[in-house]
Amino acid sequence: MSEKMNNDGKPAPARAKAKKATPRRLSRKEKERRKFLLSILAGVGVVGLGLTGYYPVMTYARAENRLRPPGAIDEHEFLASCIKCGQCVQVCPVQAIVLADFTDGFGNGCPHIIAREQACDFSCDATQCVLACPTGALSHEVDKKEQVEIGFAVLKHPELCLARKGLGFKGLARGENFPGLHRYVEIDRWKPIRIADHPYDLEICDLCVRECPIKDAIRLEPMSDDPNDKRRTPVVTDKCVGCGMCEMICPTEPAAIVVVPRLRPQGKEKKGVRS
Amino acid sequence: MNLLLEGLREMLGAEPRRPAPEDYSEEARKLHAFKKTPEERERRRRMIAEELAHKKESFAWRKWRWPTIIVINLLFVISYHFDVQLVEGALTASRVLGFHFADLNSALQVMLAFKEVLINLLIGVTTVAILWWLVGGRSFCAWTCPYHLVSEWVEMLHLRLAAKGWARDIPLDRRLRTVLYVVFAALAFGTGYMVYEWISPVGILSRAIIYGTWISLGWIAVLLFIELFFVRRMWCRYMCPIGMTYSFIGATSPTVVHYDLEKCLHEGECRKVCLVPHVLEITKKGRATRPHIDIGADCTRCAMCIEACPTGALSFRIKGLDKLL
Repeated sequence: MSEKMNNDGKPAPARAKAKKATPRRLSRKEKERRKFLLSILAGVGVVGLGLTGYYPVMTYARAENRLRPPGAIDEHEFLASCIKCGQCVQVCPVQAIVLADFTDGFGNGCPHIIAREQACDFSCDATQCVLACPTGALSHEVDKKEQVEIGFAVLKHPELCLARKGLGFKGLARGENFPGLHRYVEIDRWKPIRIADHPYDLEICDLCVRECPIKDAIRLEPMSDDPNDKRRTPVVTDKCVGCGMCEMICPTEPAAIVVVPRLRPQGKEKKGVRS
Repeated sequence: MNLLLEGLREMLGAEPRRPAPEDYSEEARKLHAFKKTPEERERRRRMIAEELAHKKESFAWRKWRWPTIIVINLLFVISYHFDVQLVEGALTASRVLGFHFADLNSALQVMLAFKEVLINLLIGVTTVAILWWLVGGRSFCAWTCPYHLVSEWVEMLHLRLAAKGWARDIPLDRRLRTVLYVVFAALAFGTGYMVYEWISPVGILSRAIIYGTWISLGWIAVLLFIELFFVRRMWCRYMCPIGMTYSFIGATSPTVVHYDLEKCLHEGECRKVCLVPHVLEITKKGRATRPHIDIGADCTRCAMCIEACPTGALSFRIKGLDKLL
């Protein structure tokens, strides 16, 4: 920005002449004028850069592409009220919440969840992130996990789903190097462990149902009336809060089931809360 | 001339005014007259020559100030990574031992964008405002802001380069900061986005240190590059709305840098090191309207002038405390 400024107001011929004669001193008035113009340029530059933050939130970082933490209010209001302090990040026991970087424009410093890498599994039992939020960008009206509306799980790749093929699952859901955490209540109620430390041996793969932290949010249904047909299909009910646990645990690559952000829940004034 | 109003006027970007003859107190007038006597002139010349012969650098305050900035910012990092819950959050908003703290400017931007007064923020803002009012307002800049620290290092480099002619300091108009303050406040209100926050080097650096959002450091690098080669301390001097918010708070703060006209030899060492030299205009010959003056609102209490002053004419003072003791 300033590099350009330096060369401003100095036409090339003048510079060529300056080599021979001593450079002409600017008068006080000229200096003031130059200072004023440069200041306007600098100001326009800063404000202009500031406004380019619009681009990401209108395109790749818009609401449809960001899973916000539990209780997050309607996206535009969320971006307005989030003070970008990361206190929600700090309290999460499984570190599901990450802060966006510069590339998110106006969403810079705002929290979101990348479910495939680390879902929100409600290990905290309540909604700690909501309690931590100083501004209500995560609505304080939420105090039970069942009230949360992060998103909604959909079977994006039914052709990959093991249960739909009638297959079981044996081994580590996401491989031995996967760092993701999950709280297995039957192992340790208080401490989430690595999914890589918890092998499975299932006759029919029901990982998405088995590890779902919300009661009755997802179930497996037979795909035909034939009792010998082992094929089952996951059915997501409206109890689903979009925590992303199913997306994280899904052993296929890519995940057969994914969570899409819930934009405007029906009949609700604010996103993020259900009564 | 009301010194508080004059300080605020200069803070908004006005050039310092030459005082009118009736502005001077009797004592100040006498002191200025005395400084013009031939004997006094001779004495001053001798003292300055003496000083130049035995030049010494002082870091009396910097040795406390730099560690303070580093420790405060490290506390955030430690609180998060070792889960000790001392200072959770970032510089924009935090909980200090469980109490809400909120940066004044960030809170203002949130409320303008969100158009709702948030009680937690109000609590946080009040706490922070009282705290910084007590210790000097813009002392936030010199004693806490991580960008101030890196910018200070770059400034040291800038001065070296400038001495060799490889860098120059292009002055900008100080009214720019006031304009940007209003523009960013209006943008927050108008667009409903915290437009300023996404380019705020203070929030960006704080979050980068704590949460590792490294990409945003690119913007910090661009700023520092400009400051290194073209405009000395550009962001802090001419742009930062956060600094201006704290200037408001600091205008009436009890913690001030105090100027003693009698001790001053008017060498101008203080103005050379100062981030906001307009506040030190009174140290020019014949400009002080009183023998004792507290430095104006924009002062960051960085104490570099105190360290630079060879005669001790500048010192920290806590208003009221000297009367109390």
